[in-house]
Amino acid sequence: MAFLGGSRTYYLWLALLCVCILQAVFAYAHQFQYGLITTNMRDSVSWGFYIGNFTFLVGVAAAAVLLVIPAYVYNWKPIKEVVIFGELLAVASIIMCLLFVSVDMGRPDRFWHLIPFIGHMHLPQSIMAWDATVLNAYLLINFCVATYLVYCAYHGKKYNPKIVVPLVILSIPMAIGIHTVTAFLYNGMASRPYWNSAILAPRFIASAFCSGPALLLILFQILRKISSFEIKDEAIHKVAEYMAYAMALNLFLFGAEVFKEYYSNTHHLVHYQYLFTGLHGESSPIAPYAWMSLLFAISSFVLFIVPKTRMNPITMNVGCVLIYLSVYIEKGIALIIPGYTPDPLGQIYHYVPSASEVRVAIGVFGIGFLIFTLMVKVAVEILFSKKGQPAHD
Amino acid sequence: MSKLQVASKPPPKMDRNGPSRREIIVQTFFSLAATASLTGCLADKRIRDDFVQKYFKDLSPEELKTTLARMEKQYWEDYGKHINVTSTPPLEGVLYGYALDLSRCIGCRKCVYACVDENNQSRDPQTHWITVLEMDKEGGVDLAKADAFYDHEEVPAPGKFYMPVACQHCENPPCVKVCPVGATWKEPDGIVVIDYNWCIGCRCCITACPYGARRFNWTTPTIPKDQINTETDYLGNRPRPRGVVEKCTWCIGRVRKGLYPRCVEACPVGARKFGNLLDPESEVRYIIENKRVLILKEELNTQPKFFYYYGL
Ligand code: SF4
Ligand code: SF4
Repeated sequence: MAFLGGSRTYYLWLALLCVCILQAVFAYAHQFQYGLITTNMRDSVSWGFYIGNFTFLVGVAAAAVLLVIPAYVYNWKPIKEVVIFGELLAVASIIMCLLFVSVDMGRPDRFWHLIPFIGHMHLPQSIMAWDATVLNAYLLINFCVATYLVYCAYHGKKYNPKIVVPLVILSIPMAIGIHTVTAFLYNGMASRPYWNSAILAPRFIASAFCSGPALLLILFQILRKISSFEIKDEAIHKVAEYMAYAMALNLFLFGAEVFKEYYSNTHHLVHYQYLFTGLHGESSPIAPYAWMSLLFAISSFVLFIVPKTRMNPITMNVGCVLIYLSVYIEKGIALIIPGYTPDPLGQIYHYVPSASEVRVAIGVFGIGFLIFTLMVKVAVEILFSKKGQPAHD
Repeated sequence: MSKLQVASKPPPKMDRNGPSRREIIVQTFFSLAATASLTGCLADKRIRDDFVQKYFKDLSPEELKTTLARMEKQYWEDYGKHINVTSTPPLEGVLYGYALDLSRCIGCRKCVYACVDENNQSRDPQTHWITVLEMDKEGGVDLAKADAFYDHEEVPAPGKFYMPVACQHCENPPCVKVCPVGATWKEPDGIVVIDYNWCIGCRCCITACPYGARRFNWTTPTIPKDQINTETDYLGNRPRPRGVVEKCTWCIGRVRKGLYPRCVEACPVGARKFGNLLDPESEVRYIIENKRVLILKEELNTQPKFFYYYGL
């Protein structure tokens, strides 16, 4: 059992995750018994924290592609070794996405209505049905590639590029696809002017290309410390450089959106006003987060665009954390809630997640991190069992 | 214009006070046990029947009959009353339309509570399919300044006018387009319906509806046994389970039998009109052709079959 054995920190980490999961089981059981009334979502704001987390994690999953492109397309050595972790991260993120959708469903027992042939998928019209399809396909592809690579390494064989390369190439447009389709889910709602903007999908992609790698960079440094996993500084700096460009694009697109709304000053401006200031003299509970997210985005951009701070391990890690928080707030709070507030009839319901929602969400992250930790543990044991000998060399 | 007492309190804003910590723990253990016995539940015939029930549009006439009978039996168990569940098919050559006279409506909410009564809406928590908005006469129709929670002693309040909003039965309904499982659709007579036994509770349709017309059952709806309406339709007013979406169906079971929707009958000032848009002699046609007509959010191309007009 490759996921057994390890340091004390490793076991403490696993124990912490189990606690997270266990307390969430209680919260979810309560929700299961009483219905979604245990959340603070209501008819006015009918998607909240769960779907916000879902959207964020789709982005993390899509970001694996950022590592895949240079590694396989240009056959660029330093990154190739780390691609597999991108793929594992994608697998764990998609599983978390599916869990978030499941806990958000009013009738989880009817999930089978969404299964092709058995149920009744409303294709091609429903973007939600498309989203379910592409997410599952993406999960399958990444799972297969990662498992195959690890399997080959385990048997000391060289992997067959004829199998891996086409799948990996396919996963590139699919990664863009999952995030685009998720963006379209919001984008296509003419009833919600806040989302009904053509640059929503590009904005999703740009922010994903910041947040996913931010997580991986930290992981690589941990792995480098605790295992014989070797990753060159050059690779880390290259990824960080990409993130700087992605953040630049993200900020630019955001600026374009803000300009359009504030300059044209139509009725649709209310949603941005709710996000940043509040409406009718009442302050909005999400405004502080909106400003925090913006501040984090700008400061991390500065940290990553200046070569000196990008190469300095401390400032780089600070930047990673800031990026991660910024995108998390942006996707989890700033995207969903103002879209619903005020609602189509002009009524304002101040949504903040209930304790129960937060607890369930912590549990879903716990499950995702647990899966990711165990998968990485296995992969590291197998791929790097011989010191300095990455298996797919 | 006549003054009238407000029929009832405004729709309550949802309260956030949950049960106590102790209660939660106790209940959690019970629900864990319940969840653990899910496999046992599947052995329970009722749960199994519900779980495997087919999509309404896939039911053969035979299956529809047994399904309706099964529901009547379940409602008998739940309410100790015979609840008649029918499924009246659409009439040929009919496309329903609705008209509402903004200059007459006094904002009394009689329609809201008649609708609750007729359609077996939950009393606790309260579910309303009709939202009556209060706006300033000066400002005209401006949803950004609308108040759905007005609470006056008497209506109409000076300087105000009222705009009731419910499902507009769009000809081009965004809620239907987005549903991932096809649980909601437009019938041949133009009524937009939901199969409560097929809806997965994803709430895409709530997000897509530009008129805030859809309601989600955030918890199990409750109707006191003595207040239940026993004449129901599969696609309309039969009692709904928790976790699914519902909305106005223009009283589908009534109108297909030639009756008016209940809100039309309940309105004390006759602001509400209903009829067949394809019939040149109908009242709604007369209104569309001869009055100043307004539809909500015209720019979205949803093409509501709900027409506001100024009759006076
Ligand atoms: S008003 Fe809303 S719920 Fe009714 S048909 Fe139109 S989009 Fe659907
Ligand atoms: S909540 Fe029900 S009716 Fe609405 S889109 Fe989802 S499955 Fe369809």
